[in-house]
Amino acid sequence: MEIFNHDSNIHFLGMRKYTVTLAILLMLASIGLIAFKGLNYGLDFTGGVSMVIDYERSVEISEVRGALEKGGIHNAMVQSLGGTREVSIRLQPKDDPGAVDAVGKFNLDRIAADVIKVLHVSRPDAKLKSRDYVSAQVGQELRSDGTVAAVFVILGIMAYLWIRFERRFAIAAVATEIHDTLVTLGILALVQREFDMTVLASVLAVIGYSINDKVVVFDRIRELFRLARKAEPEEILNRSINNTLSRTIITSLFTGITMGALYFYGGTAVHGFAVTMLIGIVVGTLSSIFVASPILLWLGVSKKDLMPVTKENPELARRP
Amino acid sequence: MSDFPRWKYALVALVMLFGIIYALPNAFPPVPAVQVTANRDAPPINQAVQQKVTAALTAKKIAVTDVFVEGDHLLATFANSDVQKSGADEIKAVLGDGYTVAFKLQSNVPGWLGAIGARSMPLGLDLQGGVHFLMQVDQKDSIEKQENSYADDIRSLLRDRNIRYESVTRSPVSGQGIAVILRSDADRKTASDAIGNEYTDLNVADGASTGDRFVLNVVIKPEKLRELSRSAITQNLGTLRNRINALGVSEPLIQQQGDSRIVVELAGVQDPTEAKKLIGAVATLQYRPGIGQPGDPRAVEAARTGNIPPEANLYYMRGDNRPVLVSKQIIVTGNQLVDASSGIDQQSGTPKVDVTLNAAGAKKMGDFTNANVGKPMAVLYVEQVYETKVIDGKEVRVPKVTETVINDATIQSPFSKQFQTTGLGSAKEASDLALLLKGGALAAPMDIVEEGVIGASLGQDNIDKGFKAVLLGLALVLLAAAIYYKLFGLVADIALFFNLVVLVAVMSLIGVTLTMPGVAGIVLTLGMAIDANVLICERVREELRNGSSPHASIRAGYEKAWSTILDANVTHLIAALALTTMGTGAIKGFGVTLMIGILTSLFTSVTLTHAFTAAIHGHRKLKTLSV
Repeated sequence: MEIFNHDSNIHFLGMRKYTVTLAILLMLASIGLIAFKGLNYGLDFTGGVSMVIDYERSVEISEVRGALEKGGIHNAMVQSLGGTREVSIRLQPKDDPGAVDAVGKFNLDRIAADVIKVLHVSRPDAKLKSRDYVSAQVGQELRSDGTVAAVFVILGIMAYLWIRFERRFAIAAVATEIHDTLVTLGILALVQREFDMTVLASVLAVIGYSINDKVVVFDRIRELFRLARKAEPEEILNRSINNTLSRTIITSLFTGITMGALYFYGGTAVHGFAVTMLIGIVVGTLSSIFVASPILLWLGVSKKDLMPVTKENPELARRP
Repeated sequence: MSDFPRWKYALVALVMLFGIIYALPNAFPPVPAVQVTANRDAPPINQAVQQKVTAALTAKKIAVTDVFVEGDHLLATFANSDVQKSGADEIKAVLGDGYTVAFKLQSNVPGWLGAIGARSMPLGLDLQGGVHFLMQVDQKDSIEKQENSYADDIRSLLRDRNIRYESVTRSPVSGQGIAVILRSDADRKTASDAIGNEYTDLNVADGASTGDRFVLNVVIKPEKLRELSRSAITQNLGTLRNRINALGVSEPLIQQQGDSRIVVELAGVQDPTEAKKLIGAVATLQYRPGIGQPGDPRAVEAARTGNIPPEANLYYMRGDNRPVLVSKQIIVTGNQLVDASSGIDQQSGTPKVDVTLNAAGAKKMGDFTNANVGKPMAVLYVEQVYETKVIDGKEVRVPKVTETVINDATIQSPFSKQFQTTGLGSAKEASDLALLLKGGALAAPMDIVEEGVIGASLGQDNIDKGFKAVLLGLALVLLAAAIYYKLFGLVADIALFFNLVVLVAVMSLIGVTLTMPGVAGIVLTLGMAIDANVLICERVREELRNGSSPHASIRAGYEKAWSTILDANVTHLIAALALTTMGTGAIKGFGVTLMIGILTSLFTSVTLTHAFTAAIHGHRKLKTLSV
């Protein structure tokens, strides 16, 4: 079975002015969104309020969760403590809009009272045992760690591609990579999806996914350059994209299927992860086809850059 | 016909077998249990303790599944976490302070699997919950320390400036400041200016004066106090992270609660009593000049009469309890070291701790040892523990500091940056101390005020849904591959299945904590692992289109796809590697999952499928390929 015509010869590079302009615009828009609208950080990043509630009779966790949802308090984290009569509830102040004033300050007692009120609707035996602020689970060090990790990825991938391919491939790959990550984050900022640790993990996985895609196309470019007798860069690049098109889309489809299953059936726990990955897959696939190769072309890749180094013996060249 | 070597078939078979065996333990979920270990001074765990515990539980009608002694600890298993909690309370009440009682999830894996090192993956806080500690940070202690150090500073400042003083003493009530008593009003004026100018964090005020006693009250400014308590919490958080990481617990939750409390939640702790001891432990070393050898007549005299020279403290040697006098001057403390490791001293065969000091500490140590060759130096082991006492009918936890001299030896030759300390009781104690020293000191002591098991942070319905979606996603990919690539797709499906098995086996073997993001990571890895097969199948199709024979197409397909697969996976691996360098548990675990997944998929997607393809097509004449 084949979905794609293997002889397809779509002139992808012909649209490069439009596609790259679009990519740059998307990237700028994303930076703007992240800077001005910001990401909607979750409890892991912001910290919030922690409460311990005692019940006189035993209570199901799902019951507590349901009561909170019904009372308009979403995203609260509910856990059993010890037995079945004590639960811990953690939430962000913004989950209880009434308790946050205009300047973003919140009233701890007000939140606790609101929660108890909501719980009393179904279970009058709920009693507040303690309430307190909790700090963010991940602090400043995550930001610095994240920066170090990002620099490490960029340098590592650049170095590898530089050695295995050539300088221009390394630059093109990393530039597209940055585009993919920024646009994914931009979309998350646009739709204001809660950004927690799981989503962060997913964003970082997008980096891995998108580089995978680019390398496959680049590999074909290198191969075709080496094989071709008369190598017109634009034509070679275009042929490479077309040759790998079937693979690019099938792989995206397969990975997309698993993430789609998580998104539609996986419940809230994996929702964020799946949706981020789906965005990343779409962005990464499109940029592999429409953005990475035009950059490569502009950087001026040519056949002689890719011939195995052993043949270029300077000693031989100098001889008369 | 087949060009696939025999040893590779054997390798594939071995890996498949390895995967199945080491993934198997995950089919046996652990049971809730309570672990009891004896503290240093308590009688060891034995049959008598076991009977006592069993009798107490039976008397209170607490349904215990099993009570047994395992090594140096006692384990009681329960049917669920409710019974586990009341069981733990009862055991604590019966055994008292001499024993550490902690919650645990006891592995249920059959013995023969355990014997070959196979174990199940611990489940994370989000999937299974874990042990929960709430710790109170004792801010008083750090303020006292700070006041003491200011008092020392003031004394030396007054000495430097030639201001005569009668005494500089810290008020016994912490936070009340330091009283400086001077001889004249003029001295008080100069002293007040000197202190005020030198230490801007201090408030200086004249106090009540009587006769020739002119009092100056010095208190730490409130904003400085606030800063101190903030930094004490921050340092404690950091130290806790280091200690828990050293324990090998992955993906813990450590966060500040309120102004002076810290929450710690650990999932999948192998030895909870160990964890409990370590997270609250305040133990450090102090290096001080010794006054005479242990058992010196002066020390014996001081111990007998209680007349201790003003510049010295009287301590006792660990082990033989001989009295020893040690100077009050501290050369170096555990805070000033950058590294510590434990080992066995080659010469004496006793446990030791190798210590590396920071630059400031090394300079002090170098200066002291240079000037004092041939004189003794004492190593003081300072430990703070909390004891439960009943005051006015209420249980109160009070801190108790024990200080023992573990070593008092003559300085043979000067040393500074690196040296070793011997005299510790056991190899275990040496390694515990090294761990504590390396993890950094706690800025303020902490006491566990609340302890218990905490349930999964994700609801059971969410967990069920998550796992169902994972299975559905995989089934869909398997189906899609089989439809699109026919026979080659089926082979890829087998590879994908074994990829999952081997991935789970490797993760279990190295003890990666499984969390929901981790599960998503596994699915993602599998979704991407099929990429290698897509590459191979597309190549094979291409070769066939170019007119190659089926066998040649298979060979060329694998050969040509290999370089692409390698490049794609190495770059992907670099990205995954970067995730593992991040300190934060959840991200790190996710990175490790991706990394292992990339490596296992390289093997299963390429070598394993090649083996199957070769076995299927090997010796037959082929007209077409089902791809």
